[in-house]
Amino acid sequence: MHEVALCNSLVGLIQDQQRQRGFRRVNRVIVEVGVLGHVDPHALDFAFDVESKDSPAEGAVLEIREIEGRAWCMDCSNLVTILKRGDPCPGCGGFAMIVEQGDELRLKELEVI
Amino acid sequence: MCGVCGCGEGETRLEPVGQPHRHNHGVHSHALRDDPAERAHLVSVEQDILSKNDALAAHNREHFNSHRVLALNLVSSPGAGKTTLLVETLARLVPDTTVAVIEGDQETSADADRIRATGAPAIQVNTGKGCHLDAAMIDQAFGQLHFHDGILFIENVGNLVCPAGFDLGEDHKVVIASVTEGEDKPLKYPNMFAAAGLMLVSKVDLLPHLDVDVDLLIANARRVNPGIAVIQVSAKTGEGLERWLRWVGGAVDMVGATA
Repeated sequence: MHEVALCNSLVGLIQDQQRQRGFRRVNRVIVEVGVLGHVDPHALDFAFDVESKDSPAEGAVLEIREIEGRAWCMDCSNLVTILKRGDPCPGCGGFAMIVEQGDELRLKELEVI
Repeated sequence: MCGVCGCGEGETRLEPVGQPHRHNHGVHSHALRDDPAERAHLVSVEQDILSKNDALAAHNREHFNSHRVLALNLVSSPGAGKTTLLVETLARLVPDTTVAVIEGDQETSADADRIRATGAPAIQVNTGKGCHLDAAMIDQAFGQLHFHDGILFIENVGNLVCPAGFDLGEDHKVVIASVTEGEDKPLKYPNMFAAAGLMLVSKVDLLPHLDVDVDLLIANARRVNPGIAVIQVSAKTGEGLERWLRWVGGAVDMVGATA
């Protein structure tokens, strides 16, 4: 359950933003999560409800936008889409894949009042 | 909750905007809807959720570099033999090489006690509820070690999930996979194997008693990380430990080379 630690960091970032920008509360938290990363969106959503208590984001909706996995195939020199790490290149079937995208874990936007 | 001002959470009431209305805290009026301060709006943040950990990890990395320390983050599932392998490694390094160990476990100082018995200084970090070490814990522990010009082994909490995401400032992650865990560990926990520079296949002395296919285990690791180095070791028989020490020696030579 490292999603709890991640949500703890997320709430910390939101509190920093509140200090900088002076909004009253947060309605919506928009995060980007890469599908190849180590985060389970359902666990993140659950942990967010727990960790956001008594913060400006308490009760806010956590909107998770998934970022697809992209990898560079060293065998056929193509940038391809993969669903998970260890998947073969959909073009040539090789496994010499360098992941280019899909590890993201980013606070993108906040909807605030 | 008041739909206009957000007061009175859990007591939804809708009333005409701008009109005085009654809450449990009395009568008051709101600004009209065109007051920008009262309108929900989007603000762009674009910050990595682990940015604070990553910044501290970068600080640790500089700290290690300026102290000419090679930092290795040892990660594995519980029971893969990290501590036993580390004890056998230290036994071959102490006293000629300067070493120190940061031990991460949820509870107990049992592992640090085993390490100290080799003569290496060790600091135990108990993470309590936490399932991984983070950069702040390493910053604090390294500060207590007063360590320089040597090899710092960080034994992470036995867990193949969370430690993959938390950079500690180490030079390399070394993942230990024991042969008893089967061939598919790298595919089940791909992020850790993708993040590691070296995989130590441990407990190879048990191979005659197992049906496990070590070549398939290695092929699976290379499916998620084509560049991963692999060394087969046994802490019990000493097999492969010389190769592992040579790999460590090579990593020591690289410290500061990119600074």
